[in-house]
Amino acid sequence: MNTESFYQQLQEICPGRRTLTRDVDLLPYESDALVAFSTKPAAVVLPESAEEVVAIVKVCYAAGVPFVARGSGTSLSGGSMPIKDGVVIALNRLNAIKHIDPEQRTAVVEPGVVNLHISNAVKQYGLYYAPDPSSQSICTIGGNVAFNSGGAHCLKYGMTSNHVLGLKVVLPDGEIVEFGSESLEGMGVGPDLIGLFVGSEGLFGIALEITVRLLPIPEQYKTVLAGYDTLEKAGDAVSAVVASGLLPGAMEIMDRLALKAAEAAVKTGYPEGAAAVLIVELEGESQQVEREFEHLVNVIEGSGAFEIQVAQNEAHRAKIWKGRKGAFSSVGRLSPDYIVQDGVVPRSQLGKALAEIEKVSNSYGLQVANVFHAGDGNLHPLILYNGREQGALEHAEALAGEILAICIKLGGTLTGEHGIGIEKRDYMPQLFSETDLDAMYAIRNRIDDKGIANPGKKLPGGEAPALKMHGMHPLEKAGIISRE
Amino acid sequence: MTGAIESCVHCGFCLAACPTYSVLGEEMDSPRGRIYLMKNVLEGTLEAEQAQPYIDRCLGCMGCVPACPSGVAYGDLLTSYRAKIESERSRPLLDSVTRRMIIETLPYPSRFRAAAKMGKLGKLVQGVLPDQLSGMLNLVPERLPPPVNLPNLIPAQGEKRARVAFLTGCVQTVLAPNINQATVALLSANGVEVVIPDSQGCCGSILSHIGEEGRAKTLARNNLNAFAQIDGEIDAIITNAAGCGSGMHEYGLLFKGDPEETAAEAFAHKVKDITVFLDELGLVPLPKNQPERRVAYHDACHLAHAQGVTDPPRNLLNAVPNLTLLELNDGGLCCGSAGTYNLEQPEIAAQLGERKAQAIVDTGAEMVVMGNIGCFTQVETHLAKMGKQLPVMHTVELLAQAYR
Repeated sequence: MNTESFYQQLQEICPGRRTLTRDVDLLPYESDALVAFSTKPAAVVLPESAEEVVAIVKVCYAAGVPFVARGSGTSLSGGSMPIKDGVVIALNRLNAIKHIDPEQRTAVVEPGVVNLHISNAVKQYGLYYAPDPSSQSICTIGGNVAFNSGGAHCLKYGMTSNHVLGLKVVLPDGEIVEFGSESLEGMGVGPDLIGLFVGSEGLFGIALEITVRLLPIPEQYKTVLAGYDTLEKAGDAVSAVVASGLLPGAMEIMDRLALKAAEAAVKTGYPEGAAAVLIVELEGESQQVEREFEHLVNVIEGSGAFEIQVAQNEAHRAKIWKGRKGAFSSVGRLSPDYIVQDGVVPRSQLGKALAEIEKVSNSYGLQVANVFHAGDGNLHPLILYNGREQGALEHAEALAGEILAICIKLGGTLTGEHGIGIEKRDYMPQLFSETDLDAMYAIRNRIDDKGIANPGKKLPGGEAPALKMHGMHPLEKAGIISRE
Repeated sequence: MTGAIESCVHCGFCLAACPTYSVLGEEMDSPRGRIYLMKNVLEGTLEAEQAQPYIDRCLGCMGCVPACPSGVAYGDLLTSYRAKIESERSRPLLDSVTRRMIIETLPYPSRFRAAAKMGKLGKLVQGVLPDQLSGMLNLVPERLPPPVNLPNLIPAQGEKRARVAFLTGCVQTVLAPNINQATVALLSANGVEVVIPDSQGCCGSILSHIGEEGRAKTLARNNLNAFAQIDGEIDAIITNAAGCGSGMHEYGLLFKGDPEETAAEAFAHKVKDITVFLDELGLVPLPKNQPERRVAYHDACHLAHAQGVTDPPRNLLNAVPNLTLLELNDGGLCCGSAGTYNLEQPEIAAQLGERKAQAIVDTGAEMVVMGNIGCFTQVETHLAKMGKQLPVMHTVELLAQAYR
């Protein structure tokens, strides 16, 4: 490849300050919200239209240069981390909400639109966009689609994939395709290609336009905090709530360490002295919520909670959620570095999983803060370490690996919502058989024959390829997988 | 500085609260990007000069501070970094001239008054001046109000409920002396005795904000002395300018390790924004026969973000009968004025000014109030550009009027 002419082509598509190649401009793009990994890209481009994105992808394809799309860079799995010598396509300026249909309850948005901005824009119609990642105030919908992002309220409403009705996508070779349709009725004809694309972590191309489904804003919320003297009791309470027939909007748990960090950040007044706090939010029509609330209080009282608080008003509720949603970052107050894990276990195994995690962290001599979507068994252990100490990161990563192994052993999986990215890539063979992985590679190679769309993420296999990848897959070479 | 840098976990929550990120959409122009650049400069892996344009573009609005779950002390980091770099850098000639004008005139009312008058002459040749100087001239008012001399002691009306000292400030005494008049009238009407030390001057915050630490200290030292000479106890040192309040709260940091440190901390502890003081004291009931008013409240960054003062001004305004308080739907982003920012970064400042004006107009308000003189000209200018001549007032002006 002629490097000069490649940059020149990028410059022609994104002139002037919209193609960045100087060190000072590339450094801040080195990593996303997972700082344990970083790679400096060759260039960052800032397209302002879908046409420009397509042109950039075509230029990359022709030159065999890898690329990664990036929104606000909030990925916790390194999903938007640059590829070495590759191009970062920053989509922040594609941030138009193109169409809102209040009757159909749909909106068509560009990938750089911030998650929460959709809800803000449709509030006037009494609607909102349900999936609520903790970073919803800044994360973009393009990234949500790529990683099938979840959030606290996905317990009741499902993940991003349940809210995407249509997609316009540029494939890695520059072809534009459309999946789904702009209405609910269009679903269900032919294979679920949206299901294939959502959560593909950028391996199948870049979403240019996303049709999302909107829901009516619940008439009433009731947010309950229950304090427990052990983490296990809180975990068991979750199963008890579900077994009683309730389906709350959200059920979250924070342990002592996470509470300490969150309290320092927002001064919410979580129950004092609790080893764990369970947050349960009921939402829906007022009458129903009131009756569910009575029922919920009975269940929680029976689960050994020592204190029950109810959010007094909207401001108090907002504060409870601010503490919960900022919990990961507030752990930055307790420790210079941490790894967030995202493993999932069956709900019934929550108590057991937490006890095992505690045991193994103690044996590693590392502190672990737990804050998680308890309702769907999605754990978020935060492993605290100091990156300045020699070997500390490796030690913490080894513990992370053991925690994931516990999740798999208990019948769970590697990720609930953060994605595999660069971070959990090498654990894939623990969960999937050779045949499974082979099938995944076959699909990927069919869609991206040059392996240029976010290579080195999600699928296991050695180094991220620098410029191009031909021939046998590294895992094949290593004898781990085979096409026979 | 390392503490602040280490506590950043790169989560990106600050991006939503950053005005330059919202305008430019680039990682380098975000708080976490700037922290990363400062880190690389301090570690020697990047030349300071390369990073400087991005650091210079930071408004210092502190919007990212309350947005940061990890508690990064961005303000302290930025002030320390700017002070360190400023002592080492060389600026292009035009920048130096602009900066020199700011440093030598703004903090001194008599010089600023003279400069403003000269600025009127400058307008005659504005067309041939470089953009930066021309932008400065745009901010020179057509007419300066006559100077007002406040007495050294304003007695409390009715029962005396408190005794305070008052910082009259620098720019404000020239551009809008009526705000100070309203402040003392409001305090007096609420049973507060006001002491105004003669020898006080600029608090130095505006210089500290642009990295001129040495000069800032000289001015601050003068005020430490001036207020120390007050006879008898005072309950608070009152300011009605958000920038001054936030700067004076940082006196402890400014004099860290100096002989004045203890005195500076004691001073900082006494400093209160007028709205905080009155909200805590409780307003004497207002006359009931007030006109119907629809009022938008604009959060000045140095009040809302730097000092966390958002409720007190709203509480006071809500206490005015027949007043409907309207909220801006713009996430509290900076108006772009930010001290000397509209002089140093006119393009971004203008975009932010337009957004702010639009957000104000969208509320349907008849007037807009705020707690910082710094935002006045910016908001007025951009409302005028939209053809909206809404009255722009300081919170105390509206309250003082309501007592008349």
